[in-house]
Amino acid sequence: MVALDKIDPRAEMPAAKIAELDLQVLANTPVNSEYRQLILRAPKDLLESCRAGQFFHLLCPDAGGEHPYLRRPMSIYGYYPDRGELHFLYKVTGRGTRALGELVPGDALGVVGPLGVPFRIESDWRNLVLVARGVGLATLAPLALEAQRRGIRVTAICSARHPDYLMSIDNFRAMGADVVTITDAEGTSSTQNLRAILEDLVAGGAADALYTCGSNRMLKVVQQVARDHDIAGQIALEQQMACGIGMCHCCVRPFRRDGVIANLRVCREGPVFAIEEAIAW
Amino acid sequence: MVDLSVDIGGLTLKNPIMPASGTFSEELSEVFDLELLGAHVTKTITRGLRDGNPTPRVCEVNGSMLNSIGIPSKGVGAFLEKVVPFYRQYETPLVVSISGNTEEEFATLCAEVSVDGVDAVEVNISCPNIEEDGKAFAIRPSSTASVMRQLRAATSLPLWAKLTPNTGETSEVARAAEDEGANALVVSNTLLSMSIDVRTRRPMLGNLMGGLSGPGLKPVALRMAYQCARATRIPVIGCGGVSTVEDVVEYLIAGATAVQVGTATFIHPTIMPRLISELELWVENEGLRSVRDLIGSVIDDEQAEAVVFMEAAP
Repeated sequence: MVALDKIDPRAEMPAAKIAELDLQVLANTPVNSEYRQLILRAPKDLLESCRAGQFFHLLCPDAGGEHPYLRRPMSIYGYYPDRGELHFLYKVTGRGTRALGELVPGDALGVVGPLGVPFRIESDWRNLVLVARGVGLATLAPLALEAQRRGIRVTAICSARHPDYLMSIDNFRAMGADVVTITDAEGTSSTQNLRAILEDLVAGGAADALYTCGSNRMLKVVQQVARDHDIAGQIALEQQMACGIGMCHCCVRPFRRDGVIANLRVCREGPVFAIEEAIAW
Repeated sequence: MVDLSVDIGGLTLKNPIMPASGTFSEELSEVFDLELLGAHVTKTITRGLRDGNPTPRVCEVNGSMLNSIGIPSKGVGAFLEKVVPFYRQYETPLVVSISGNTEEEFATLCAEVSVDGVDAVEVNISCPNIEEDGKAFAIRPSSTASVMRQLRAATSLPLWAKLTPNTGETSEVARAAEDEGANALVVSNTLLSMSIDVRTRRPMLGNLMGGLSGPGLKPVALRMAYQCARATRIPVIGCGGVSTVEDVVEYLIAGATAVQVGTATFIHPTIMPRLISELELWVENEGLRSVRDLIGSVIDDEQAEAVVFMEAAP
């Protein structure tokens, strides 16, 4: 296995150029009672520079009585250069996302990006396993898209409180992924069950790499399975951000790197990190 | 073609727009050509390693921001090895921002960063997070004079003293810095502030308090820039809430020779090059040949000194 810290995911990317521009809203519709999907029209070259795991920094509008000042980071849910579309999936939780929820088709939304270190897919990996819960499903979705474009097999383990909140399952299936659902309501989302599912995949040779996002409990399980079987793992993490580019040092989290606990910027050194570096929160 | 160049204590800048320390880094070169800027101002460093403050490190308040980042620093060695060489590829003057917990440490660092490729040293004698209870050198004229004397002795480079709004002695502090050899004043750093989440009853910042920046700070910093320009003969660099070309022009009219753009870059990373072209247009539309014609052009009807240097709301 190649040491993860020896690989710079940016190295294989075209010269990273960060754009600040206004994009037109094509759709902004509820997916269920908690989540909405936002679709923006975007230039082809911008979409072609996107990678799974990266994010955009959104300038939420003054709308619905909300006046968010700072931008809000949001991971890419989908990017389609051929259709000229950039997709986001978000949960309305605070001032910024409430304002986002007010956007209607035809509105302009300011974006900065694409930003951050993307997920890495090594050329000899044939089977990827995605483990996600909540909004983490949005972050991992474009990874399934990228895998499909490269002809790589994906198993997506989707977790939620209740089957009604299992988003993106159809999306994952449409991208050719094998979908395994686990929910609190059905009593299938325990760490023991997740661990058993992962062990089965590993034993069946269906796990060259593990990816996760959105849950502390899942991080611990994935971290353990990755370590026990010497499988590469990656995690996308969130943190409150101000600049999103690396200037302000507001979005740091502690990581195990180079034998010490180091504060790293989620916007710049991340948001994707090697699973062994992540520290449960 | 209008002339946007200004002179900051012997250092010529091609235009008066530069970043504020802490809101600028090498990464911004991925957004626009940094050669467009009047100067490059790096994030404050300390001599040794500093981890910075606990998170959350920022929060927003009514169209402005509070921060308590806490000056995380990789130390002077890493700075000289990695950061200074990066900026050497540009013609644009490099201004290095430094801070220290003691006068001696401050002066030692000042000497250490006075290397080839550095054009001026901005001495952050005002950061509200660094000293106990938010106290800083630039709160009082005496502590300002004392630290500036040591800093002056430590370098032959131009010294820009970054002042704090957390003082009731703005003009006295400004004069103390000038008397002890400051070549310019940066006015100002952030204003010590606080915000509490009323639902959780917890302060919004991990460090309890932080510095206010953004549009909400502008009238305070503008008042101070005006007072400092009136109190001293050295150039004043306005800093605080600059987000539009009107803000730039307002600072220049108040007496500032240049401005620093900070928090606005977080909201619009391309704001600085936009401000430069808009300023050029503004000066042209005013029928002026040089941006310098705006500096200190405020019509204050020769108010009495007691009014100009007032330290309480009338």
